[in-house]
Amino acid sequence: MSLLSIFNQVEISHYIYLSTVLFSIGLFGVLFRRNAIILLMCIELMLNAVNLLFTAFSTYMGDADGQIFVFFIMVVAAAEAAVGLAILVLVYRNTRKTDVSFLDQLKG
Amino acid sequence: MLALISLNAKSGLNFNTMFQNLPIPFLILSFLTILSSLYVVTSKNPVHSVLALIFTFFTISAHYVLLNAQFLAVVNLIVYAGAIMVLFLFVLMLLNLSKETEPVKSNWWGIAASITAGSMLLIITAAFQVTGEAVAKNPVEGIGLVKALGKVLFTRFVVPFELTGILFLAAMVGAVLLGKREKNNAVLIPKEEGGNS
Repeated sequence: MSLLSIFNQVEISHYIYLSTVLFSIGLFGVLFRRNAIILLMCIELMLNAVNLLFTAFSTYMGDADGQIFVFFIMVVAAAEAAVGLAILVLVYRNTRKTDVSFLDQLKG
Repeated sequence: MLALISLNAKSGLNFNTMFQNLPIPFLILSFLTILSSLYVVTSKNPVHSVLALIFTFFTISAHYVLLNAQFLAVVNLIVYAGAIMVLFLFVLMLLNLSKETEPVKSNWWGIAASITAGSMLLIITAAFQVTGEAVAKNPVEGIGLVKALGKVLFTRFVVPFELTGILFLAAMVGAVLLGKREKNNAVLIPKEEGGNS
């Protein structure tokens, strides 16, 4: 199998570095951006970094459990995106902006 | 802190030999993934950001194919690039946010965010340097196919699987309930200060 020959040359540390970089980029986006939609997208990016790492460990250890966990993470991400976007539409309908710094008015 | 720096120097020595005998497809895919995810974060236009994120998901699916997780690659394409990102795109179009409406943050926010994300990257990398190669390479063929995954999902993980169904139902009901237009919308901006504190 030609794919397996590629896979044999890549160490798992490369996947760890790649997903760490992806996670850091997502964290940077969450801290830096103010648009709430882009914040949600950066959270999706961080979840995908974790998914990639789960898959890499699952494949390298020959155990299918990690890929099952990736399914569950996808489910949680889908539910989070649906509810988060619904809340975002509601906030936009009331305030005409999607700026997260505006939401500090929620405090008591 | 000093130990961290010395560890980083050690890993810097390793970086020279790290990229030598990597296969070209993996390098190209990783480069494209990091580049497009950087564009997601830095792009001014939210629509460009969504499209870059879809491209990132495509490259991550290609990584899954390289990792012999074929079913996961297909599911990633269908669920993420097909469903979730289309939802994001719909909301962007509905709210008419495609133009630049985001107020510009000051440079201090960028510097602080860079320092935070960079230090997390440094610390995780250093921690991995300490931990070392703990994972034995034990590849098993056909682990990412539907047959093997379904067997695990419907025997050992059947209770979490059913629970995710309940979670989906709750999320769907919540999204519909939130999105429903009410007659008397409670306005978030207080018009005048009421007596309730």
